[in-house]
Amino acid sequence: MIVAAAFYLFAAILIASAFMVVTSRNPVHSVLFLILAFFNAAGLFLIAGAEFLAMILVIVYVGAVAVLFLFVVMMLDVDFTALRQGFQSYAPIGAIIGGILFFELVFAFASWSFAEDAAGLRLNPTPEGVENTRALGRILYTDHVFLFQLAGLILLVAMIGAIVLTLRGRTTSKRQDIAEQVARSGSVNLRQVANGAGLRDIGIERPPAAPAPKRVEHHGHEGGQH
Amino acid sequence: MLAIGLAHYLTVGAILFVLGILGIFLNRKNVIVILMSVELILLSVTLNLVAFSAQLGDLTGQVFAMLILTVAAAEAAIGLAILVAYFRNRGTIEVEDASTLKG
Repeated sequence: MIVAAAFYLFAAILIASAFMVVTSRNPVHSVLFLILAFFNAAGLFLIAGAEFLAMILVIVYVGAVAVLFLFVVMMLDVDFTALRQGFQSYAPIGAIIGGILFFELVFAFASWSFAEDAAGLRLNPTPEGVENTRALGRILYTDHVFLFQLAGLILLVAMIGAIVLTLRGRTTSKRQDIAEQVARSGSVNLRQVANGAGLRDIGIERPPAAPAPKRVEHHGHEGGQH
Repeated sequence: MLAIGLAHYLTVGAILFVLGILGIFLNRKNVIVILMSVELILLSVTLNLVAFSAQLGDLTGQVFAMLILTVAAAEAAIGLAILVAYFRNRGTIEVEDASTLKG
């Protein structure tokens, strides 16, 4: 009874906040409602018995993704009211397509049932008396280790991609370019210095004076025709 | 077994999915809200996977749900990076301005 009440509470807040995400006037409010939606989805996961996924959802989504969204929304200096032009005109077609899609999903589920031998076809039956995190870890690091590594690879590619996309080569900062230093000639010479000789004895070596700039030769053109 | 019927979870997932689609239609100009709508759609898929996993007593659904969470996080990071690069170049994030490749 209390589980059902909790389910309906979480589901109602989830749907209401998802609706506010897509209709909110201010994108900052959208992000905050997205965070609320993720918290309530985590509650639904808890009711379904997926405790580890619920905690991962809170940590990854609320801690990383939503904060990333918030950061970008606040960093970009965008006139968000101009972006809402045509909001009303798109609403009817969006509602029609959404309604059609929803009824299609309902019909698809209404004419569907589990296969007779579905229980026998389970790949990883939930073990009895083992908590969710331990059971998930047991199969994730043994049977599905390639899936786990694939997830790591996806995150690596995403990290490199995000860095490459947003890194700007700064032209104002001075960096040491070793290849250029080694390759330069003319202004560097090597000389033998006696032991114990200081600057007073050997004098300060000045770089050779830069050659005078070459004069640009002007060719006379009659009438300025090229 | 689920304490609540599977149909309840699937209904919530379907409503969430439809709201995500509706968000893409409503905010056709604002890429940030479109990305948030995609997150909602992925969340609804994850909810369905978890519900079926709990109903059948099969942990494989939760493993797949973890992969979806990973992909969603990567997608958000890449999408927002593209958005930031686009904003630097164009000074706006309107979707309809992104027509340079149309020729």
